[in-house]
Amino acid sequence: MTTNMSGPTETTASSGESDGKIKDSNLRLTTTAWIAILILVFWVGVAVFAPFLAPYGEGDMVSMESFKVVEESSFLGTDYLGRDVLSRIIYGARMTLGLALIATILSFSTGIVLGFVAAISRGWVDQILSRSVDAIMAFPSIMLALIIIGGVGTSLPVVIFTVAMIDATRVFRLSRARALALDASVMEYVNVAEARGEGVTWIMLQEILPNTIVPLAAEFGIRYTFAILFISSLSFLGLGVQPPGADWGVMVKENLQGLLYGAPAALLPAACITTVSVAVNLLVDWFLHRSSTTIPGELME
Amino acid sequence: MTYTILHRLALGLVTMWVVSPLVFASTEILPGDVAESILGKEAPAEVVAAMRERLGLDRPAYVRYWDWLSGLLVGDLGVSLASGREITELISDRLWNTVRLAAITAVISVPLAVILGLVSAMKAGTLLDRTISIGTLCVISVPEFFMAALLVFVFAVQLRWLPAMPILRPDQSFLSSMWSLALPILTLTFAVLAHMTLMTRNAVINVLSSAYIEMALLKGVPNYRIILFHAFPNALSPIINVIALNLAYLVAGVVIVETAFSYPGLARLMVDAVATRDIPLVQACGMIFSVTYVMLNLFADILSIVSNPRLRLSQ
Repeated sequence: MTTNMSGPTETTASSGESDGKIKDSNLRLTTTAWIAILILVFWVGVAVFAPFLAPYGEGDMVSMESFKVVEESSFLGTDYLGRDVLSRIIYGARMTLGLALIATILSFSTGIVLGFVAAISRGWVDQILSRSVDAIMAFPSIMLALIIIGGVGTSLPVVIFTVAMIDATRVFRLSRARALALDASVMEYVNVAEARGEGVTWIMLQEILPNTIVPLAAEFGIRYTFAILFISSLSFLGLGVQPPGADWGVMVKENLQGLLYGAPAALLPAACITTVSVAVNLLVDWFLHRSSTTIPGELME
Repeated sequence: MTYTILHRLALGLVTMWVVSPLVFASTEILPGDVAESILGKEAPAEVVAAMRERLGLDRPAYVRYWDWLSGLLVGDLGVSLASGREITELISDRLWNTVRLAAITAVISVPLAVILGLVSAMKAGTLLDRTISIGTLCVISVPEFFMAALLVFVFAVQLRWLPAMPILRPDQSFLSSMWSLALPILTLTFAVLAHMTLMTRNAVINVLSSAYIEMALLKGVPNYRIILFHAFPNALSPIINVIALNLAYLVAGVVIVETAFSYPGLARLMVDAVATRDIPLVQACGMIFSVTYVMLNLFADILSIVSNPRLRLSQ
């Protein structure tokens, strides 16, 4: 794909070929992208400033009344133990979004490094890595997580590691495939670098990463929502974040019984998860549409 | 074609075999072993050693793996640590409950998805199509447990139409058990319906853009005939693939749904076993689910080979 084909927003896209800057027309945000960004900025803000925003601590019992809007609680009422639902949602944002972010960063660093290593070295290294990944992917991911947690017991590091490992297999496949699919011109640079005696790390960072950044960035969004959903599902099953920690999945689990008495405390955190996953999906969608009209390398400074 | 199918079958068998040591290995990652986790950390060393001997844990790992695997093949799944009962006995009822839930969901969701997808493709671009598309996209972004909570809140609590928690009795008629299972089935249906609908729509629309469809159009073949007799058979292969993959996805979906509705199925048994660290039971359930998943994937591949004219006629 060339710059000359830069889609419906033609403006000046084809004029300044290789000045290395991102084109204005490509950066234009659509309404949905704006909404998505606003939602995400909102949640990141909530997560970062949780202790300042939350009226109560995450484990504070503010009332003896369960599932009621009482004067001690803020306007969302209390949960099954009489804790303030709003405060727990605010702290839950921190836990849920934070854990998922750590898991995604971990999965990306391992997945990309191993994927590129497999693509560069080929041969038996590639065979071993690829077949191991195939074996892991033969399991439904939730089963794999249950089996690992069953064997090791649950704790935050175990949950993060498990989700990161499951995610890393997908990232591995993508980054390996992308690195292998690089066209001949890029591979020439790689060959020259190899001949110059550059190490694998240098080649990965300087030659391959810049040329695969667009699909990988989109994948990051997709994996991040997967991690959020996965971690909150595990918490919902009682195997992820343990009470009294506030996590959106845990909150749904804890307050599920309340639904039967007409208390919507379980619906709120579930709705929060949905807003985040919808927002990330919208953003990824916008990003893929936008970047499909650009040379991947153009994104780099 | 026979060669392609045999090749795929062999690959499936290898995958199933690869799954088993991985499931078995989960006991080996643990520092310490099952004996310690039964007796607790404070137990004296001699007692732990005796327990180890009683459970056969003093033998090397590969011997135990072989024992476990050969037991598995003849249907001997071992003994549950938590209850001391035979796992086969624990599982049989639960397995039937899960199969029933998944089967009813499949019977409802597959035809519904194919019909919705076809209608959507036939009316592509109209309000109806867009409503279906937006609806399915919304459903995809919602986690299953949210869907479960939402459906309970709306249909059981607010409207009081359906029972919130399934109560199963052995003397129930089929209809009344369907009634009490309505909400779990509905949740699972939503979980798989959206993908199947979207993929059916896209597959048919994809085929509709090919030259022979244009030819049929120019010949004056009526629209519904083009969809049903020209496009649909050619879109069948990708659709079948998506359906089988989504049925495999039911394996994951039941874990959440059974927990949300406290449904006495195999997945719930497994989640409880994970919580109590009942490792033999986790392994047995994990094996059953994983093998089912691998087999459904295998089934999907073979069906799509058989239903694809180009693959069917090669060789």
